Amino acid sequence: MAEVEIKQENMVYGKSKLMLPNVMHYCPGCSHGTVHKLVAEVIEEMGLEHDTIGVSPVGCSVFAYNYIDIDWAEAAHGRACAVATAVKRLHPEKMVFTYQGDGDLSAIGTGETIHAAARGENIVAVYINNAIYGMTGGQMAPTTLLGMKTATTPYGRDPKLNGYPYKIAQMLAHLDGVCYVTRQSVHTPANVRKCKKALRHAFENAMAGKGFSLVEVVSTCNSGWKLSPVASNEWLEKNMLPFYELGDLKDNKE
Amino acid sequence: MAEKEVKLMKGNEVIAHAAIRYGCDGYFGYPITPQSEVMETLMELKPWETTGMVVLQAESEVASINMVYGGAATGKRVMTSSSSPGVSLMSEGLSYLAGAELPCVVVNCQRGGPGLGTIQPSQGDYFQACKGGAHGDFHLIVLAPNSVQEMHDFVGLAFDLAFKYRNPAMILADGAIGQMMEKVVLAPQRARKTNEEIAEECKSWAIYGKPESRERNVVTSLELQSEVMEKINLRLQAKYKAMEDNEVRYEAIECDDAEYVIVAFGSSARICSATVEMARAEGIKLGLLRPITLYPFPKNPIRELAERGVKGFLSAELNAGQMVEDVRMAVNGMAPVEHYGRQGGMMFSPDEVLMALKEKLINKK
Amino acid sequence: MKETVIIAGFGGQGVLTMGKILAYSGVMQDFEVTWMPSYGPEMRGGTANVTVVLSDKPISSPIAHEFDVAVVLNQQSMEKFEAMVKPGGVLIYDTNGITRHPVRTDISVYTIDATAECARMGQAKLFNTMILGGYLKVRPVVKMENVMEGLKHTLPERAWKMLPQNEEAIHHGGEIIKQIR
Repeated sequence: MAEVEIKQENMVYGKSKLMLPNVMHYCPGCSHGTVHKLVAEVIEEMGLEHDTIGVSPVGCSVFAYNYIDIDWAEAAHGRACAVATAVKRLHPEKMVFTYQGDGDLSAIGTGETIHAAARGENIVAVYINNAIYGMTGGQMAPTTLLGMKTATTPYGRDPKLNGYPYKIAQMLAHLDGVCYVTRQSVHTPANVRKCKKALRHAFENAMAGKGFSLVEVVSTCNSGWKLSPVASNEWLEKNMLPFYELGDLKDNKE
Repeated sequence: MAEKEVKLMKGNEVIAHAAIRYGCDGYFGYPITPQSEVMETLMELKPWETTGMVVLQAESEVASINMVYGGAATGKRVMTSSSSPGVSLMSEGLSYLAGAELPCVVVNCQRGGPGLGTIQPSQGDYFQACKGGAHGDFHLIVLAPNSVQEMHDFVGLAFDLAFKYRNPAMILADGAIGQMMEKVVLAPQRARKTNEEIAEECKSWAIYGKPESRERNVVTSLELQSEVMEKINLRLQAKYKAMEDNEVRYEAIECDDAEYVIVAFGSSARICSATVEMARAEGIKLGLLRPITLYPFPKNPIRELAERGVKGFLSAELNAGQMVEDVRMAVNGMAPVEHYGRQGGMMFSPDEVLMALKEKLINKK
Repeated sequence: MKETVIIAGFGGQGVLTMGKILAYSGVMQDFEVTWMPSYGPEMRGGTANVTVVLSDKPISSPIAHEFDVAVVLNQQSMEKFEAMVKPGGVLIYDTNGITRHPVRTDISVYTIDATAECARMGQAKLFNTMILGGYLKVRPVVKMENVMEGLKHTLPERAWKMLPQNEEAIHHGGEIIKQIR
């Protein structure tokens, strides 16, 4: 395909220059791509592209480092907040964030997440909650809704057998070291814009040394949910949002 | 009065002092007996007010080793310390550190196991330290101090080797060396590397915010393409081969005319050096070969002793027989190789080892 | 010169500190020294002991199976360490709480009633330096000026005001120790 030159006056939208031209491995319709774009835009708009270190998880977004043009460390499963803690302590002037899924941040990494938050580490955790393990083929996550079918709950999540889903955002909001907890989504253009504002606010908190921020993004996994992208967005609105309600859970102003 | 700073200190305390003196940037740890004095001493010394070194008590050994991973990824000199059960929790992180080729220092002040075991000295983690100890083909550089002074010196050496090879280095001590006090001469204060120096020396791999002058760096151990992953494995193996060729360190005591040789490391080697004195007083030509690097293992010096006609080797260890396998491989059938050990936190005395030597080798027909 | 000493008693009697003062005194006299404690739960009220080796040559093993001197401060330690004194060696003990006195005849035996003396003086904190004084009277392996330096290096700075009392206790320990065999 020939390169098309776009005149500046005709430009109505461009992707962040921090988005690398690599083809994404995410499934069509996945929320990751949108959230990656928002993170890249926030970093660029804050002028932090030379001062940001990302920590990617294990899970679908393990390859986040292939898409945003900043320095990255890829952490062991669940340990991103511990890794980010040390990076930030040793480079307090830098912007340090983790990008984690619900299995990584709120199952195997619950301990690291809670303690980094409790210590008030000046980092941001971007938390993609799609209520399922995407990378490994759609198994139950701690966030899987009751009755929801997954590879390891083929008859639907039964609390007697599988326990209840939990909301780590609510838990973290109680901690003194945490300055900001919000739950967002990117399933409509309006929600995308709100989510970006939330990310920006969280990044500003970290740079201002206010403590730990969690930006939960209630997300779709159409492959894991076995739905089309459009149907996934509808399913999210109908099933996820009543349980994972959107909005700020905590926002310390000072 | 003295021109040198001679102090009386515990092995664990000296690790803390040495970390500061050798310009360590960060320590991340979790308390466990018998090594808790390391972090206690650091917290008392408050190096963040002097050298700027970060000291942080983590919520677990899992967290502390991953903090080390994060710190090491930025090109800083970072370390942790623990004791056997805690090091088991760190094994996942050690595999990732080795896979991502990150330099760091880990101190294991061993206690008896398995499981929760005992809090008394042991050398039961030799296999864990020297044979990988976690998933995948990798090696740690493993140093075995036998005195409080070596506890101090090896912190500097371990950092140097870790950065030379971009590989985690372990100081494999034990409860005896950690808890014992001896005289120690502290190194002069070495300045911490500046961010600019790190950016210059580690620009090909470290992450500290991508400057315009280079491409982004990604610290990872992940590679899903087998063809590429195999190349990474081969590169790692070549690195380990270079360590084996260049970094073997050992001490040979009275080995020149020895008819029998004890192989022992760390606190065991200290005890066995008294065994050598006792044996020599009885007219037994006994020597001691003390591996200082357990990985890379001094197999050639041991093989040469066997070739020269040493009649038997005794591997004296505070375990059920671990290093003895490496001694046997080095001797390769040229002479009998026996093991003598105590376990569960018990230590042998010099005369006990001498009795074992006589029973298992000298008087055996 | 090589002196291998075990000091054994209850946690809280200052056994480990006494060993440290002795070891630091040795450092001040340019000896090689090792201080090897029993450690762990013993520190919290059970028995505690420490092996101190002073030598004018490098010390091979910090662990010993026999001792030149045993300083025994409770019955459990008597049971364990009387037998481990080298023939011709020295056993020093405080008779307080001792129900089975030493029986060996091939060693020199001394008693020092420091517990009683400290109680009489109302100075329980001077117990371990008084014992140390008794030991140094029998085995003058380090000069008194080096002992005082060792004491200074061992005590935290806030306790330096107690140095004169400790020095006095060391001298007093030398006066009250008695050879019984």
